[in-house]
Amino acid sequence: MQLLRTILIIPLVSSALWAGLVEVGSDYFHTTISDGLKASLPGDTVRVHPGTYVERGLAISHTLTLIGIDNPIIDGNHNGEILTVTADGVTIEGFTFKGSGLSHLDENAAVRFEETNHGRISHNRFEDNFFAIYISKSENILIENNAISGLAISESRSGNGIHLWYCKNINIRGNTISGHRDGIYLEFVEQCVVTQNHSTENLRYGLHFMFSNHNEYNNNRFDNNGAGVAVMYSRHVDMHNNVFADNWGSSAYGLLLKDIYDSNITDNQFNRNTVGLYSEACNRIQVEGNNFENNGWAVKIMANSMDNVFTHNNFLANTFDIATNSRQNFNAFSQNYWNRYRGYDLDKDGIGDIPFRPVKLFSLLTEKNEPALMLMRSIFVEIMDLAESYIPILTPATLIDAEPLMRINP
Amino acid sequence: MMTLLKIIKYQLHDLLRGKWFIIYIGVFFLLTDGLFRFGGDSGQVSLSLMNVVLFIIPLVSIIFGTMFFYNSREFMELLLSQPISRTSIFLGLYLGLTIPLSAVYLIGVGVPFIYHAGVQTGSYWILLLVGVSLTWVFTALAFLIAVLSEQRVKGIGMTIVLWLFFAILYDGIVLFILFALEDYPLEKLTLALSLFNPIDLGRILMLLQIDIAALMGYTGALFSKFYGNMFGSVVAVFALWVWCIAPLWLGYRAFSRKDF
Amino acid sequence: MIDIKGLKKHFDRLGVLKELDAQIQENKITAIVGHNGSGKTTLIKCLLGLDKYDGGHITIKDYKLNGDWGYRSQIGYMPQIARFPENLTATEVIAMISDLRAGSTNKADDLITYFRLSGEMAKPLRNLSGGTRQKVNAIVALMFNPDILILDEPTAGLDPISSSLLKDKIIAEKDAGKTVIITSHIMSEIQELADTILYLLDGKIFFDGPVDALIAQTGEKNLERAIAKMMS
Repeated sequence: MQLLRTILIIPLVSSALWAGLVEVGSDYFHTTISDGLKASLPGDTVRVHPGTYVERGLAISHTLTLIGIDNPIIDGNHNGEILTVTADGVTIEGFTFKGSGLSHLDENAAVRFEETNHGRISHNRFEDNFFAIYISKSENILIENNAISGLAISESRSGNGIHLWYCKNINIRGNTISGHRDGIYLEFVEQCVVTQNHSTENLRYGLHFMFSNHNEYNNNRFDNNGAGVAVMYSRHVDMHNNVFADNWGSSAYGLLLKDIYDSNITDNQFNRNTVGLYSEACNRIQVEGNNFENNGWAVKIMANSMDNVFTHNNFLANTFDIATNSRQNFNAFSQNYWNRYRGYDLDKDGIGDIPFRPVKLFSLLTEKNEPALMLMRSIFVEIMDLAESYIPILTPATLIDAEPLMRINP
Repeated sequence: MMTLLKIIKYQLHDLLRGKWFIIYIGVFFLLTDGLFRFGGDSGQVSLSLMNVVLFIIPLVSIIFGTMFFYNSREFMELLLSQPISRTSIFLGLYLGLTIPLSAVYLIGVGVPFIYHAGVQTGSYWILLLVGVSLTWVFTALAFLIAVLSEQRVKGIGMTIVLWLFFAILYDGIVLFILFALEDYPLEKLTLALSLFNPIDLGRILMLLQIDIAALMGYTGALFSKFYGNMFGSVVAVFALWVWCIAPLWLGYRAFSRKDF
Repeated sequence: MIDIKGLKKHFDRLGVLKELDAQIQENKITAIVGHNGSGKTTLIKCLLGLDKYDGGHITIKDYKLNGDWGYRSQIGYMPQIARFPENLTATEVIAMISDLRAGSTNKADDLITYFRLSGEMAKPLRNLSGGTRQKVNAIVALMFNPDILILDEPTAGLDPISSSLLKDKIIAEKDAGKTVIITSHIMSEIQELADTILYLLDGKIFFDGPVDALIAQTGEKNLERAIAKMMS
């Protein structure tokens, strides 16, 4: 693999060595970027000097490196698309892209890569665009260290920050995305790595996965998004070391899973979400080593989820630890730490001697009758929960952690 | 006004001789300190104390308040024949009890908190506010009952029933109503019902700090507004004020018409 | 002069004072007598504002009672049973009342000496005998030098020496120009002290006049027999 990459990259690098340089700026021969691009030859570098360029419909159709010096601004004036790339091996670096046009028919982007290979978009700023970065039917693209912010007000009048469609092997790393509809949107994408991004204050999801198998996202931070992160209809998704935080609202989730199979959720932090992890029709997911803290519901798992394993997670100071919608349970909970657990450990093996029932009667009642939420933590409710925990009548009898840990997982 | 302050002073002087004072402060101190030593952070300690505060403070305030009022009968009669207004006597007795009760609570819970966790924000302050408010509300209710009922045993019995009602039964009734009327929109009703129980008001003030994430999961528009910003807290605090002033005023009216 | 007009008071349904009219003269000792439950104490409590009357009005020295409390600074009151905060000492009670009234207490020390109470002043009231408490009660009533003294069974529980001391004090107060209202079950005491008698029967004044007039009217030899005759 490494060898293959080297072989692929060598011609690009070597071609750059003898490539020409095109300068664009008010003091240069080419005063517009579109002139500069037209004048360039394949493999050239186009250097754009500081200034504001009100241009749109820019097109790159051969291999090129487009570099902004000291952040020149390209302003699309809210009309159509700013830059469209249809060639392989294109690098876009160091610009501020502003104002791709809002449209109900076209998904206008500030930068679009269409059917390309080996591209790179790095160290740019994107401000007030409809879609910021739009990649379709492309492979081997690196999207790195961009700062993307939108001014989204309503979902129907805003686009996504980074939008991937039918792509493969895309690396999204170190970007910050805010103020769009979805921060990062992936549909029909494979072998993609999303890492070290910060997606915050987007209208809908911080990250949105659809029909995308064999992907990985790790070490990202998703907070204060309208509805959290959604991963849907996908297999083999590896999610680890992410932070899901502060997603509040009536349908807001730290992480929403729907129809997910054979995936891993490990070592993530779920903090202060209305629902930390929501699982619907998910099978064979390993949920391990996560920290659920100060959520309304740490985990809501619907009865159509099966064979999922929850182990070595910490459940701390959540209003409800586990909620479900049925008396049936086909998932396994073992060796988690529950701060509500009041059992004892006589044999000192670090595992509580009596099982823990994480589903409270009251959480079931509020599922059926929402206004009852108002009675949370009342003494009457506590008595009811206590009685139910000894003689479960309405809560799932098999949803227990038979080996609750006495000490918090490090 | 001077007379009022003097009456409060004599009440304080008299109360501070009793052992209850040491016991009450000790219970809160040991409890709070113990919860910290047990390995809780300030949030968890607030949470554990919340139930104690909602349960114990109304009980202690209402029973102690009634007994205190009955036991102050001599003091009252002595003062009543003096050129002192009944307003001063009644308010003097009330403040002379609520001020030390609140102070004892604030010290008992506050000192271990500051010692273990420094000066905190959020739930800790709400906990103190709720504890003090419930002290004032339930002492006012105690005075009202004691003024209206000459018989001590009957009066103390009534206070226990009233406490049981607010602390436990009321929420059971509300839950029953919510499920009985399941098919109707219940948002307004639920909010209204919570205003009629001072313990629920205190509890909701705490919820707005501790469980806001879950509360925001609620779909109703009125609830979202209630929970969403300061609005809910302001309404709850205001309602607690009413719960303190209304029984106090009724008690005062009965007291000023009472024959001694 | 204390003027009482149409005074009405009932407890629950039971009428205790039924449009009672009376006048109490200044600089005289007026005794209120009547059998048990005739409304003596109620009348006194109405004068003091301890009981709220249901009708009529009371005027004390041209001041019509209206629920304000300022007029009480002119009245010294000895209740039938002295009620004090039990864990205070007599000294503390006197100091407290002086403090609350912000009045002068220079008479208190004289009164303590007069009633020979110096040895009891530092003890909590709950440890004092009934008679001693009654003396503390008398000091509280007298120490602000009020114009009007209202004494409800003042000598009850007092030993003969203390009783004489108190009666001498009452006469001395009258001689000093005070108005005194007194109730007692001891008729000889009333005969000894009182200038005027208000005889209460069934919530109304049955007799109002000098002690001598009452005795003369009934033709009996002393007040006790005269009253007994009237009651029968």
